[in-house]
Amino acid sequence: MATIDTTAPISAAVTAPKPALSNMAGLAIIVGLAALPVIGAQLGLLSNFTILQISLMVVYAIAVLGLNLLTGFNGQISLGHGAFFAVGAYCAAILIDRYNANYLLTLPVAAIVCFVIGYLFGLPALRLEGHYLALATFGLAIAVPQMLKYRHLEPLTNGVQGINLIKPDAPFGLPFSGDVWMYIIVVIVAIIMFWLARNLLDSRVGRAMRAIRDQPLAADTMGINTARTKAVTFGVSAIYVGIAGALHAIIFEFVSPDSFRFELSVAILVGAVVGGIASLPGALIGGIFVQVIEKYADALTKKLTNTMHLPIELEPWTIYGIALIALMYLMPNGIAGGLASLWRKVRH
Amino acid sequence: MEQFIQQVASGLANGAIYACVALALVMIFVATDHLNFAQGEMAMFSTYLTWQLIQWGLNFWVALAFSAGLSFLIGIIIERFILRPLHGAPVLSNVVVFIGLLAIFHSLAGAIWSHTIKAFPSPFPNVTFAGSGYIGPHQIGMIAVSLLLLFALFAFFRFTSLGLAMRAAAQNPASARLVGVRVDWMLALGWGLAAAIGAIAGAMVAPAVYLEPNMMASILLYGFAGALVGGIANPAGAVAGGFLVGVLENLVAYFGNMLEKATGLYVVGNGEKLMVALAIVIAILTLKPNGLFGRTIVKRV
Repeated sequence: MATIDTTAPISAAVTAPKPALSNMAGLAIIVGLAALPVIGAQLGLLSNFTILQISLMVVYAIAVLGLNLLTGFNGQISLGHGAFFAVGAYCAAILIDRYNANYLLTLPVAAIVCFVIGYLFGLPALRLEGHYLALATFGLAIAVPQMLKYRHLEPLTNGVQGINLIKPDAPFGLPFSGDVWMYIIVVIVAIIMFWLARNLLDSRVGRAMRAIRDQPLAADTMGINTARTKAVTFGVSAIYVGIAGALHAIIFEFVSPDSFRFELSVAILVGAVVGGIASLPGALIGGIFVQVIEKYADALTKKLTNTMHLPIELEPWTIYGIALIALMYLMPNGIAGGLASLWRKVRH
Repeated sequence: MEQFIQQVASGLANGAIYACVALALVMIFVATDHLNFAQGEMAMFSTYLTWQLIQWGLNFWVALAFSAGLSFLIGIIIERFILRPLHGAPVLSNVVVFIGLLAIFHSLAGAIWSHTIKAFPSPFPNVTFAGSGYIGPHQIGMIAVSLLLLFALFAFFRFTSLGLAMRAAAQNPASARLVGVRVDWMLALGWGLAAAIGAIAGAMVAPAVYLEPNMMASILLYGFAGALVGGIANPAGAVAGGFLVGVLENLVAYFGNMLEKATGLYVVGNGEKLMVALAIVIAILTLKPNGLFGRTIVKRV
């Protein structure tokens, strides 16, 4: 468990607030940074499209954080978190489209539904470790589009055609466009979710989660209810991914079974690994990475193909795969882990 | 009743495919203790190689032999250069590398040969015979080839010294090394063999499902299900499990249709086949993790 063990100092550095910086000051800095795009948009510097891209990055960061909790801090590998993303997205879409629910109300509903499903899936997953858990969740990821197309669910899910949504406007006549308003909502949700995750990891439960990851036998002996902690972690992780899915559905204004293919689960895992598997800031880096790849990999590979005069036109996934494998050698703890160890080297 | 027999027969034919993929998975698992998530894409890539060679005018079997050999080399190269540095690394690192390989093979096949669906020739003569209403010549050929493959592998592991060395290297690397087995190379050999089996499986599958970069995604899941049903470390069990899963998948859809006809209530049909595979995987993993034919492995803690 070389990779995971070495992350211990990093996660400690992340979870413990820096002495010179009080919690409130830290929060102020984060809020200030998060407000920059809003100011940029209001001044006309950023287009609505750019704001949407930034919102999607933050949404993916929440999803990556969810997988981080499970894989990074609890040691359970999941290749199927796209399934929970899909459940969250469909919860929001169905509630808004069929029941005219307020979009903010869909978030707690998505969270509850995802927790229940995640917990239930976590129960049989308890007996599985490493490769086998990866395998079971791999199956889940592959089967998701078929599940969403299931005939009896069609009255709710609208089958292969999916559901179209309309982005909510800013309330009370606030002078924001729909995209900017949703960005504000997404960022507020993200800050709350990251804050909750930090507190969770600092708590008794968080220590139990990490103890199970590092030494399951010792954790058991110390009186930790391994089974319950693992299943609950699965559920909590599903909450994060489900809320991300719901937010995605609202700001992207569309859901369909084929938006939740295996590729999505892979993207979330890759985001977690690239960002840094047991690191909270890593989740943010991972989220940015997922969206950048999704949006710009095509253009990037075209450019690369042209500049290198390759005989065949490369596809984004080739670069994706090579980057993934290279990263495993160069920075096994992801970008956040790599930066942290670089920082330690510079300081000493 | 006739329909029932037909469903079982075509289930057996599908099962032959799953059995081949399961066999390749078990090969790597036995040799390296890893589940290779890129196995399906590697097989798909090899199938494209075969297709290309046939397009260049080679005979089917000659082309298959060439591409199996080439896949063998690719498998060895992957093990030696990509997975070797990760020995002893955590499971997550390995899984991520497998996913990376999956992405690379998938996109390379699309880039080189385009994503359009291609027809793939069947090597077996299209003749009619008694009972050919139930099962086509290609399907019988597929079953024969997978059984042949199984016996060849069995003979290799049972009666050759190289096969013995490979088993020794997997079961007890330290002792095997002490008696002069080159354990590292045995792992690479396992990868090579699995890749070659994948090439054969792909060439058998392709005439039935057409050639395209996505052809293996669901088949891999069935292959996993087959391997798990049979016991992940048991080649013969994997083949039996593959056939079992193939038949089960067809029968579930068949009885689903019967039920719908009889009562008008739709529960499962062809659209839910992947869910059947998923249910099998989860049920086996939770209820009988060692498979139907596997031995319980006791781990010392």
